Amino acid sequence: MKHLLSAADLHRTEAIEILDTAATMAQTQQRDIKKLPALRGKAVVNLFFEDSTRTRISFETAAKRLSADVINFAAKGSSLSKGESLKDTAQTLQAMGADGVVIRHSAAGAPLRLATSGWIDVPVINAGDGMHQHPTQALLDAFTMRRHLVGTDASGCGLDDVSVVIVGDVLHSRVARSNVNLLHTLGARVTLVAPPTLLPVGVHTWPCALSYDLDAAIAEQSPAAIMMLRVQRERMSAAGGGFFPSPMEYSRRYGLDGSRLRALGPQTLVLHPGPMNRGLEISAEAADSSQAVILEQVSNGVAIRMAVLYLLLTGADPKESHT
Amino acid sequence: MSDRYLIRGAALLGGPPTDLLIEGSKIAAIGSQATAAGQAQVIDAAGLVALPGLVDLHTHLREPGREDAETVASGTRAAALGGFTCVHAMANTAPVADTAGVVEQVARLGEDAGWAQVRPVGAVTVGLAGQQLAELGAMADSAAAVRVFSDDGHCVDDPVLMRRALEYVKAFDGVIAQHAQEPHLTAGAVMNEGVVSAELGLTGWPAVAEESIVARDVLLAEHVGSRIHICHLSTAGSVDIVRWAKSRGVQVTAEVTPHHLMLTDDLVRGYDPQFKVNPPLRTDEDVAAVRHGLADGTIDIVATDHAPHPSEDKDCEFAAAAFGMTGLETAVAVVAESMVAAADVDFDWSDVARTMSTVPAKIGRVTNQGQGLVVGAAAHVTLIDPQAPWQVVPDQLGTASGNTPFAGRTLPARVVATFYNGTATVLEGTAQPVQSQHYRKEA
Repeated sequence: MKHLLSAADLHRTEAIEILDTAATMAQTQQRDIKKLPALRGKAVVNLFFEDSTRTRISFETAAKRLSADVINFAAKGSSLSKGESLKDTAQTLQAMGADGVVIRHSAAGAPLRLATSGWIDVPVINAGDGMHQHPTQALLDAFTMRRHLVGTDASGCGLDDVSVVIVGDVLHSRVARSNVNLLHTLGARVTLVAPPTLLPVGVHTWPCALSYDLDAAIAEQSPAAIMMLRVQRERMSAAGGGFFPSPMEYSRRYGLDGSRLRALGPQTLVLHPGPMNRGLEISAEAADSSQAVILEQVSNGVAIRMAVLYLLLTGADPKESHT
Repeated sequence: MSDRYLIRGAALLGGPPTDLLIEGSKIAAIGSQATAAGQAQVIDAAGLVALPGLVDLHTHLREPGREDAETVASGTRAAALGGFTCVHAMANTAPVADTAGVVEQVARLGEDAGWAQVRPVGAVTVGLAGQQLAELGAMADSAAAVRVFSDDGHCVDDPVLMRRALEYVKAFDGVIAQHAQEPHLTAGAVMNEGVVSAELGLTGWPAVAEESIVARDVLLAEHVGSRIHICHLSTAGSVDIVRWAKSRGVQVTAEVTPHHLMLTDDLVRGYDPQFKVNPPLRTDEDVAAVRHGLADGTIDIVATDHAPHPSEDKDCEFAAAAFGMTGLETAVAVVAESMVAAADVDFDWSDVARTMSTVPAKIGRVTNQGQGLVVGAAAHVTLIDPQAPWQVVPDQLGTASGNTPFAGRTLPARVVATFYNGTATVLEGTAQPVQSQHYRKEA
């Protein structure tokens, strides 16, 4: 594994190795001194063409905990806005001696272009590209689920036969795409629930079940985990008057409210990639409930990103490290 | 230099070996009558197929305005290398070809270059803005004698304006060439909507956005009794609609591009902008449908939609890249592979002549082109080696831009020679020095 571009690229052994490494990293974060020397002298560039304070801080924290130098590069104008081109930016970073690039971009495929166009030859980590992929998010979600559903000593385990329901704007969601790929690879059974307008044409080929009815999905699946996707405000004012009639109707049909929380039962984990729209896709009652693991997802994000940076930048091959 | 050429043993339209004599700007003799009495340059064409000079109804020459991508001279030189003797220059230049002045300028640049006949396409609406008819009559009456009008790149989506345009051009036997793309259904779209776009997270361009416009426009053309031409038809549904319209007697013609005959949206998986084109590459089913549609005559012609772009417009994120592919120099080879050599369709070299010369000339009302290989016809002749595999290397092509989707592929057939108006523009696969047609006229 030279780059981390898509959750779909991960083999099961690679994915589990990242989760296991993250578990080790998480343990070190319980210590008083959290910093590890693993990436001392290496430079990690956070190349963010799209604002995302949360993800950038998570990667920055992860890199710093591994003693890497972090360069934050907020590229205001990508070539999408006729600013500096992705190619020139990438080559500039290479010339400055970057050892790894974490890239966030509004254009799907930009990380793949960066990794495969011959512009640079350092590891590229996709921190979210358009509506395509956000693999570290899927990894931290899987890590969080594994901890709770398989146990703290889950080393070497996947998520076999775990039922996961993912609800919301699948069409525009890189989180949904990444999770479908990774959860399937790890053996979980995924059901996507969304209004038909928010499922992409072609979704029937994905390795998951589909439903338009959240209550039915909860009743039929009795999921071990439910993930509520963020609904962007602009989806309500898009072409054709928006993807659904009103926030109230969306919330009634697809929101995680108190009665759906009770229908799920107290054992079902509630996940959300953040930031939440309380009262829209998730009620305050659900978000603040004891079964919600939303803040834990944030802290697990640092451990996952430490694991990914460590594995890619030290050249440790996860497939070989067991042998 | 326009003189005498004796072409020996060429398979005319793929038929038995025959001699053909070019004298001045005419085909002077065919068969046993074709002899090298007097001085004639003899061309050994054994094993080569002779076709009438190819006519492209859909070319972007970029000049005026984007001479960094292509000029009339570089684009027509590429056309000659691809076996073409006539190209229709699309109107989306800067300034837009929406006045008599601009179309005359483009035609004049073509004459100055001398590589091929340039027939300017006039814009349907002022500035391609879709608001108001351009002065179609002035362009028709100009020295460029425009007969094809198109807002290509933009759909004439206002149904009333489209109806007016269809009706208006009847006065001078013009035709509206529609870029069929319902704009609301394709806002932000960069690739075919389907399984691949769902996976890649790229905004999809649904087939229905093309088909709904094709359906509307054949009905409009029927209602007002006008000709309508569908540009770069790309979906199976559009083939069905055009077939249905023809069965009703609608005066509809349609074109397909070489890339839509061979390539599918699977190629977008690497996010390589060389595969970004409008209309987008579609699915295997669509490719099969347009190939069969071309073979059975539902689709009348092949047109390149040659769309050169400088590398900076392609060496970037997929979403940021320009739409379009070059095609003049690969067109006949792609048709040879996807149609002539294919076992599942009935399509021979005479069909290539029909769909890439005779019928496009007829649609464009270009009377001195597409006359076929007959004695007395204008000497527009293309010689093709059907058994000469070559690898496409962008830097080795004549076009000023490198954005070919066929880079690295091996194509089965090669253009060996092109004669435009009795002048050899290409011999042995190499462009020949040509004289300005304009100066020749004055001489």
